[in-house]
Amino acid sequence: MNIFETIGRSTLRTGAAIWDVMALFFKTLYWLFFAPFKGKFIGRRYIFEQMVFAGLQSVLIVFFVTFFIGIVLAMQGAYQLDKLGAVRFVASLISVSITREIGPVLIALVVAGRVGAAIAAELGTMKVTEQIEALDTMALNPIRFLVVPRFLALLLMLPALTVIGDVVGMFGGFVVGVFNLKISPNLYISTNFQFLVMKDVMTGLFKSFVFAMIIAMIACYHGLNTSGGAEGVGRSTTLSVVSSFILIILADAILTGIFYFSSV
Amino acid sequence: MAEEKEVVIKIENLVKEFGGRRVLDGINLEIYKGESFVIMGGSGCGKSTILRHIIGGLRPDSGKVYLFGEDISTAGDDKMDGFKKRFGMLFQSSALFDSLTVEENISLPLREHTKLDEHIIKIMVKMKLELVGLHGFGHLYPSQLSGGMKKRVGLARAIALDPEIIFYDEPSAGLDPVVTAVIDKLIVDLSEKLSITSVIVTHDMNSVFRIADRIAMLHKGKVLEIGTKEEIQNSKNEYVKQFITGSPDGPIGFFKPDENYLQELTK
Ligand SMILES: Nc1ncnc2c1ncn2[C@@H]1O[C@H](COP(=O)(O)OP(=O)(O)O)[C@@H](O)[C@H]1O
Ligand SMILES: [Mg+2]
Repeated sequence: MNIFETIGRSTLRTGAAIWDVMALFFKTLYWLFFAPFKGKFIGRRYIFEQMVFAGLQSVLIVFFVTFFIGIVLAMQGAYQLDKLGAVRFVASLISVSITREIGPVLIALVVAGRVGAAIAAELGTMKVTEQIEALDTMALNPIRFLVVPRFLALLLMLPALTVIGDVVGMFGGFVVGVFNLKISPNLYISTNFQFLVMKDVMTGLFKSFVFAMIIAMIACYHGLNTSGGAEGVGRSTTLSVVSSFILIILADAILTGIFYFSSV
Repeated sequence: MAEEKEVVIKIENLVKEFGGRRVLDGINLEIYKGESFVIMGGSGCGKSTILRHIIGGLRPDSGKVYLFGEDISTAGDDKMDGFKKRFGMLFQSSALFDSLTVEENISLPLREHTKLDEHIIKIMVKMKLELVGLHGFGHLYPSQLSGGMKKRVGLARAIALDPEIIFYDEPSAGLDPVVTAVIDKLIVDLSEKLSITSVIVTHDMNSVFRIADRIAMLHKGKVLEIGTKEEIQNSKNEYVKQFITGSPDGPIGFFKPDENYLQELTK
């Protein structure tokens, strides 16, 4: 096989995968928005279960990660701002960069690793043990019963986790600012919100909406397309995490670009 | 028999290839209402693939599959869903939902497809469990059950909606002879008591002769012979005879001809 053939083949394969993911996405939207008008609702219980798993059970790790990122950002920011004699503005630096950028991306990566991997592994196991086929032969559509609840849960919980993470991250910065940089708590808090506008928060939340769709679709796609027993489940899980990491970063670059250029 | 038999499943010239390899090569079958029809053949000869075509999981490359008198390739999703509620399937690996208890597994189709009250569903689940001899196991999870118990729960789930047809994919695979006999008896009971049409895929000869009214022998993607149990037992076909007796010598060979082997070695 020469190099052109290799490139050609992998391009075709990637193209087919993108097509399949889009098809899955539109089917999900159909079951979410149109099927209910035909009397086919999504079980509230399944959505609730998934919200507990994706949201509630991710809170602790989000706390942990964002708190320490807040601390690191504060120290790093103070180190650089000190040279400009502007250490006081460390709070603004942290609040804006966390809400717009670091919070949504970092939390999406954490959730892709925790929730996305679990979804791919669970659906993959169901696929190789004929459970997906069993659902289908019982006239229970796998997209309706498995994909939609996970999609919806991530769509609601990832932005919620992002709001929590933003606050915790700012608190991490506050701890460094007050106890290490000796900025008075009141001053720190007022600087924190001095340059933070609603648009920053909205930008961050919009990003996390998009990331939630990416995580859910990629994980469900890899899960439902698993083949080859236990080894295949492992492969799907890895692929799901790796490809959602790449897509999250890529989508972030594109979205940041759009927000940046549309505001100048 | 003079009486007119109603055909519930009809397969015409079914052809299916996977990656250029022809797995089904012109299958023709008719399955009558109320009978127990066995499809037998060696591993990998395409038995499960035939079932997947009948239940709508795979589309034929060419040929037609008729279910309840209708061509399923032209049936839309809603119509197919209607068919799916009229048959049940017992999977080779039981395919119970790991995250649900035995009771929830069986009640899932009832809950989603009927408007029955919760307490009526509970009663129906108990009845189905009783039928497969697993009364009182409803609260367990599939991981807490043995292989034979899983098969029986799978069967209880398959009959939850009182289907007209049940498909069994290797019901005795991986079970000991006694449990196999129990499952076989259940299959016979269900078809006799509830006059359900049964389509059973298996390579276990003991089961075949316990269950079958009629048998089709499959080999290399073709139907070699179809007949009643007696006709198959007295078959003159060398392939069928070898399969029934389970002899290593005969036309169903596992060894390559000598010349090819030599060529391959020296290539
Ligand atoms: N989805 C598929 N993709 C590729 N090959 C398949 C697929 N399903 C079945 N096969 C192949 O078709 C042949 C028949 O499979 P199957 O119908 O499962 O045999 P069995 O008679 O043991 O049930 C096997 O060689 C199998 O590898
Ligand atoms: Mg099989």
